[in-house]
Amino acid sequence: MIRYITRRLMFAVPTLIAISFAIFALLDLAPNDPTGQLPLTIPPEVRAQIRESLGLDQPFHLRYAKWMEQFFVNEPLNLIEEAFDVEIGDSSTRPRIRSWATRSPVVDIIAERLPQTLWVVGLSYVVGILIAVPIGVISAYRQYSWFDQIGTFVSMVGFSVPTFFTGLLAIILFSVMLQWLPSIYDTTHEVTDLTSFWVQVKQMLMPVMVLALYNAAQLSRFMRSAMLDNLNLDYVRTARSKGLRERAVLLIHVLRNSMIPVVTMIALGVPTIFSGAIITEQIFRVNGLGQLLIVAIQGADIPLVQTLTFLFAVLIVLFNLIADVLYGILDPRIRYD
Amino acid sequence: MNLRHATPVLAISALMAACADDPEPVFEAPEEENRHLNILYWQAVSIVNPYLSGGTKDIEAASMVIEPLAHYDENGGMTPVLAAEIPTLENGGVAEDLRSITWKLKTDVLWSDGTPFTAHDVAFSGAYCLDEQAGCASLASFADVTAVEAIDDHTVRITFQVAKPWPYGPFVGSLSPIIQREQFQDCLGTRAQECTEQNFGPIGTGPFKVDDFRANDVINYSANELYREPGKPWFRTATFKGGGDAASAARAVLETGEYDYAWNLQVEPEVLEQMVAAGKGQVLMGFGSQVERLMVNQTNDDSNLGDRRSLYLDGTNAHPFLSDPAVRRALSLAIDRQVLVDTGYGAAGRTTCNIVPAPVPYASVANEACKIPDPAEANRILDQAGWVRGQDGVRAKDGVRLSILYQTSTNSVRQGTQALIKQMWEAIGIETELRNIDAAVFFGADPASPDTFQKFYADVQMYTNNFQGTDPEVYMAGWVCARNPGPHNQWLGTNIPRGCSDEFDALVEELSITPPGEDRSRIGKRLNDIIVQEQFMIPLIWRAAVSARSNSLKGVRMNPWDSELWNIADWHR
Repeated sequence: MIRYITRRLMFAVPTLIAISFAIFALLDLAPNDPTGQLPLTIPPEVRAQIRESLGLDQPFHLRYAKWMEQFFVNEPLNLIEEAFDVEIGDSSTRPRIRSWATRSPVVDIIAERLPQTLWVVGLSYVVGILIAVPIGVISAYRQYSWFDQIGTFVSMVGFSVPTFFTGLLAIILFSVMLQWLPSIYDTTHEVTDLTSFWVQVKQMLMPVMVLALYNAAQLSRFMRSAMLDNLNLDYVRTARSKGLRERAVLLIHVLRNSMIPVVTMIALGVPTIFSGAIITEQIFRVNGLGQLLIVAIQGADIPLVQTLTFLFAVLIVLFNLIADVLYGILDPRIRYD
Repeated sequence: MNLRHATPVLAISALMAACADDPEPVFEAPEEENRHLNILYWQAVSIVNPYLSGGTKDIEAASMVIEPLAHYDENGGMTPVLAAEIPTLENGGVAEDLRSITWKLKTDVLWSDGTPFTAHDVAFSGAYCLDEQAGCASLASFADVTAVEAIDDHTVRITFQVAKPWPYGPFVGSLSPIIQREQFQDCLGTRAQECTEQNFGPIGTGPFKVDDFRANDVINYSANELYREPGKPWFRTATFKGGGDAASAARAVLETGEYDYAWNLQVEPEVLEQMVAAGKGQVLMGFGSQVERLMVNQTNDDSNLGDRRSLYLDGTNAHPFLSDPAVRRALSLAIDRQVLVDTGYGAAGRTTCNIVPAPVPYASVANEACKIPDPAEANRILDQAGWVRGQDGVRAKDGVRLSILYQTSTNSVRQGTQALIKQMWEAIGIETELRNIDAAVFFGADPASPDTFQKFYADVQMYTNNFQGTDPEVYMAGWVCARNPGPHNQWLGTNIPRGCSDEFDALVEELSITPPGEDRSRIGKRLNDIIVQEQFMIPLIWRAAVSARSNSLKGVRMNPWDSELWNIADWHR
């Protein structure tokens, strides 16, 4: 197993370097301009100077090499320095990856955004799983019952109706008409006591539920079909004929085996938590990583887009590996060596 | 076994936790709800330093903290802020030769950190922006400035390379505020990029100070205790939230009442009306110098021309049919501007026949006829000029068909306008093909892209432009013949229609030496009339800045000439 993981990790290095190059080249080829969003009253000569001050006048390979150095050497060094409170070399002159819009280190902005995204998108993922698994199990066990029909209908709705529609619907219903929940997420809110906790719950409710519905829709279908595959197998009949209680058959034997592909699916989906939910974050102004990415793309903030997308690529490669390893652990029939 | 394999996952969650450590200071919710101001800009603020941004949202967020020497008020007049008075020729503040201006400063102003504000801060702010390596976005305000010097602690002299009849570029308006020398002294030139702490929390003389800034998200302000006007600002704290879109920003003020003020609400008029009906707030309009216009290409944009496409080439590359004044006149006459206003803008737009619709001294009244469409006259002019309708209903002459490619940026209101104008033009026998380009590409100046508005690889294009402040000299000078875009100036020219008029060029020269007064107004109006009557540009809609305030918020004076938050010290409930 260790050998397998090491081999996979070694393969990941050239993959990631290729990805970083592809992202950089694509962004460079895109007809985008960091001064494109500025008011037209700013004359073209001034725009040219701004671009120059951002280093855009340098050739492609130099800028790429610089980014590589900043990402793989300077930023990790900086992280180590901050984590252990030490100084390695002359850290004040070591250039960091800076956003063109904010002129601040990209890594700091990402770190500032992570909590919102992890809380809202991560929680919606957890809630989605908690909803999806029981629905999937019951739907499969009572196939074609009314519960199954309703479950199928709800997951079809959740899957096919986009979040920008459900989100807006929720805002109109709960914020405009009923005035129960805030439509704008306050990222500076701090939970200190029960009242402020309740405020936090209220402001998270809509974005989390809208996303959870979407996540649950996908997973519950998957859970249901995995259960159905297993329910008709011989070992289930054996278990029943042994005289096991139906509950034990379902929840211990069938569920465990059906979870194998579902767990893999869940692990593969984890990187999407980090990449945020661009649309939902925009609608509720959660201003997490998804919103950061879209604002950066619109403003042609190349260093920020480059770093974010590359981090997502790293997470995807990593969680693919984790999913594969988990699969091996859950299913003893699979051996990697 | 399980534990061993869980280690990578654990390591990741540990990393996550490390990143998630909240570095921000705690923001206490104010005890008295009503002394807290909630502002919503649907474009989030990236940086609190206008010199490094140029984006309106950043300039306005900074205008609550750092201030210029003088503001433009809501009527386009100037009011002193950090200056004791506005220098003029009469009071001797502006030199006779128009080559320098001397500002007297208020003497009792303190920075929010308690240190006195002096002329050295002003001189420093000038040096900061004028540094070529800084990439200063407000550089246009400092055009032709040779030096900004502190004569004594409360007198600043700005000298110009040439005679400046309008010397109110530097330090007037929120685009070029005064930053503190003490705070920014290590941030000159290339170092400007690295001063994150300064750029995120400038020390100012304004009514508020930055407590907590989260880039591209939110700013929390608190009142500046040392603000020079006693008892102001009325609000003790303020939140400046960003993100989302214009429609939901309008909703947050007008329907849910969660916010007190929302900015730049370009929303379909019927949607806005519906929201106002909820009765929680009001829409504010400010008509400045923004005009949605058509640019009419005077050079040939035929794709077969290769690198000669849309180049002026000393007048040898004229457009096959848009160089005919009759066709350009017909284009303008066929348009029913009122319909465009009603469908796309409502109260936030007015029909206009001028490129410079305001302020009053420069607003011409010579072109008002265009407000009434006259397709019959347009048809007559085209018939007379020999453009005859073919079997397909499209006019042609000597094998040249009147077929127009009409482009603009992607935006639902603009696409609506495009569709209407297409109908109006096709009714007079001009075939029209529509195209829209993503705003970031269209307005981005990538010289390699064929889709920028500067390249203008189309016959007609539409967008809004305006000018900074209240004087149109720089705006007008942008349309002299020599400034046509092309490879010779990396496509950075500003004469987008590539139209040329000797009279226009001569008048621009004259304007640049004429001090404010009747002559200057007359020349300004004439320049506008030339462009409009030649139809190099066809003005369509005079657009207002649109914002909204809650019913409880008082004291807002909507200002299209400066930051909308220019008088935030006076806002109250």
